[in-house]
Amino acid sequence: MTAASSAPVLEVSGLTRAFGGLVAVNAVDLAVQPGQIVGLLGPNGSGKTTALNLISGVLRPDSGSVRFAGQAIAGMPAHRIARLGLARTFQLVRVLNGMSCAENVKAGLAFHSPPLSRGEVDDSVDRLLRRVGLADRAGVPASGLTYIDCKRLELARALALKPRLLLLDEWLAGLNPSELLIGIELIRSLKDEGLSILLVEHVMDAIRSLCDRCVVMNSGRRIAEGRPDEVLADPAVIEAYLGVSTDA
Amino acid sequence: MSPTQIAALAAGGAGLVVLALLPFYADAYYLSLAISLLQFTVLATAWGLFSGPTRYVSLATTAFFGVGAYTVAVLGEVLAWPLVLLIATAIGALMAMIVGISTLRLSGLHFVIFTFGLAELVRQLVIWYEVNKTRVLGRYVFVDITQNDIYWQLLALAVAVFAIGWLIARSRLGFALRIIGEDETVAKHCGINVTLAKVTLFAISAVFITLVGAIMAPRWTYIEPSIAFNPTISFQVVIMALLGGAHRLWGPAVGAIPLTLLFEFLSARFPSTSTLIIGIVFLLIVYALPQGVTGLWERVSRRKSEPPVAPQVQT
Repeated sequence: MTAASSAPVLEVSGLTRAFGGLVAVNAVDLAVQPGQIVGLLGPNGSGKTTALNLISGVLRPDSGSVRFAGQAIAGMPAHRIARLGLARTFQLVRVLNGMSCAENVKAGLAFHSPPLSRGEVDDSVDRLLRRVGLADRAGVPASGLTYIDCKRLELARALALKPRLLLLDEWLAGLNPSELLIGIELIRSLKDEGLSILLVEHVMDAIRSLCDRCVVMNSGRRIAEGRPDEVLADPAVIEAYLGVSTDA
Repeated sequence: MSPTQIAALAAGGAGLVVLALLPFYADAYYLSLAISLLQFTVLATAWGLFSGPTRYVSLATTAFFGVGAYTVAVLGEVLAWPLVLLIATAIGALMAMIVGISTLRLSGLHFVIFTFGLAELVRQLVIWYEVNKTRVLGRYVFVDITQNDIYWQLLALAVAVFAIGWLIARSRLGFALRIIGEDETVAKHCGINVTLAKVTLFAISAVFITLVGAIMAPRWTYIEPSIAFNPTISFQVVIMALLGGAHRLWGPAVGAIPLTLLFEFLSARFPSTSTLIIGIVFLLIVYALPQGVTGLWERVSRRKSEPPVAPQVQT
């Protein structure tokens, strides 16, 4: 590894965003090292998705800095952040229903700068659909896919950006146990290819088996950071998820 | 090229020759009708270029149309005709960019109301200028342009709008707009500069509409703001495009031709109630054919090609 690539892929510090009086994300710090999977955990409403939206450019932070591959990206429009190689999926899966699976993947390939040649695009569409297990679905309209296949397609579209960092917002949610194993394997194989991943997740099995580090948020603040087994045993984290025991 | 493509191209070329020669065999009434048909075909197709993929309903048609007409009224006698058209193009594009950059972040409904207000704003500005600066409300358009010239120019413009539309649909811009129409958030995260794409297309569409206004201006000989900025045109164009189906390049034209004939008939036969009837036609189209004729045709042909209909997932 070169010196440049050992710096964090993503470095967030003091990230803050308020909606009216509610501070949804409050002075959050986090970092993703190259090739790492970092989990972003926390109870519902703790600000995880808002944090992803701030990083990916859907929302502008009120304050704080976001550095992606050494470049300050806080407040940059989403399309420029995407072109720098930061891809994401959405909590409520978003596929382009009026298009075929191949076109959905092409959507992620067509706007690279510099643009890819037509041949490169076609090859990449095939490769990416195969990568997520949808090789035989290229011509099928996305509206006809099952839930897990929609998730796969969304992942293929995100991978089409040739990302250096992938943000997965509850990508494993709603999968049945056998699909979950397939999903976990798929994410692990992305890591093995050297991709850095920041994932928001509630599925504890996935967090334990995938994440190198975890950041836990509650009410907009970071309350814990460390290895998965450490943070999941942290009393503050347990309290955030389960509440304070009153009969002590 | 496949034989069918060559045949289609030959048929299109032959049709174009027949249309181009129309002034030599049609009388004045049919020439005038043909001009109306071409005018609304170009307007509705240009409207659909932008509103079809983005699903923004623009009521600014008359604003651009009127600006084109006024460009001719002001400059027509001073400058050479191609130069007048070039200036109209530039003004239309500039206005569309300013309007686009300031409004295309608005959601659908706000955009509709803004564009409707824009037409009125431009009209009031022109009235204010004419009353306070030039001290005339109407202008005479004395340019050396015959009805035949108007017809040929509109025909050329119609060819251009279809050619540009066809090229856009095959370009990265066209693909970007389809994605934006499906899901704007996804489009942004695919690296698409959504604002740039929408403003570019809005400007292309507006240039065609402005040029129609400029080309049509000599037909009137006398114009004033209420003629050039007639809001009925905006609504008629929307109805036509919706009847045909704005999601296809040739959809708006399918709606423009029968409705131009219908409006022509209504305004001749029922001059005082034609607006009311147009309103009722509008309602009927929106309720009965939400996807337009092309949408209906696609549904029917899809049903024929795949007999066992799978349950459609409605989104």
